[in-house]
Amino acid sequence: MSKARPKYLDLFRIRLPVPAFVSILHRVSGALLFLMIPALLYLWQTSVQAPETFNAFKAFVSRPPVKLVAIGLAWAYLHHFCAGIRHLALDLHYGTSLETARATSWGVIGVSLFLTIVFGALLW
Amino acid sequence: MKRQVVGAHYGLRDWLAQRVTAVVMAVYTLLMLALLVRLPAIDYAHWRSLWEMPTVRYATLLFLLCAYFHAWIGVRNIFMDYVKGSGLRLVLYVITIGALVCYVAWSVQIMWGLDAVAGPKF
Repeated sequence: MSKARPKYLDLFRIRLPVPAFVSILHRVSGALLFLMIPALLYLWQTSVQAPETFNAFKAFVSRPPVKLVAIGLAWAYLHHFCAGIRHLALDLHYGTSLETARATSWGVIGVSLFLTIVFGALLW
Repeated sequence: MKRQVVGAHYGLRDWLAQRVTAVVMAVYTLLMLALLVRLPAIDYAHWRSLWEMPTVRYATLLFLLCAYFHAWIGVRNIFMDYVKGSGLRLVLYVITIGALVCYVAWSVQIMWGLDAVAGPKF
């Protein structure tokens, strides 16, 4: 049971396989979205409450640093969304071979980045 | 051998809940996106009228309840993986649940609170 096994956990030297990379990003993006819930609820409230607060909301989100954060959040949502769809497919035993799993991982990274760029272009 | 105290009975239920809530959120996301691109203009009047539609409110409430429950399972799993002390983990659980319960109330208030203040005439 308590056999000492060699451990090699130098995070800067371990090269993650693509599916593992997508998996950890799924977790990171989820944590990020969770932490941003109060800010998003506050902004949503500001935008619907009254014409004055709507204008304040518009002025706030038109600032470039805020737009950058919005693009970051859009990426988190899109990556979490795409990686989640991939997980659902895996649960249904679609794409479980190593080759396909790697290809769909690249697909998740690519599609979510592409949609983030589309969102960013529309926002800017 | 010292037995590890771990939870029991909730594994499959949470695994399934995580997937069901994910599907609900994905469907809502696509429907809401379709609704948003059909807005004639993004001004206050149109934005507000969207949030006065009962179907939008109830669909959004369902989406948010799914999101909060989904977040609870996800965040709890992160804590279970990285926070080793059970005392600290319990504190983090309580904070997370407390925050999520407040978010539910806040979400309801944001949408149904609109009824208390008259919107612009259309």
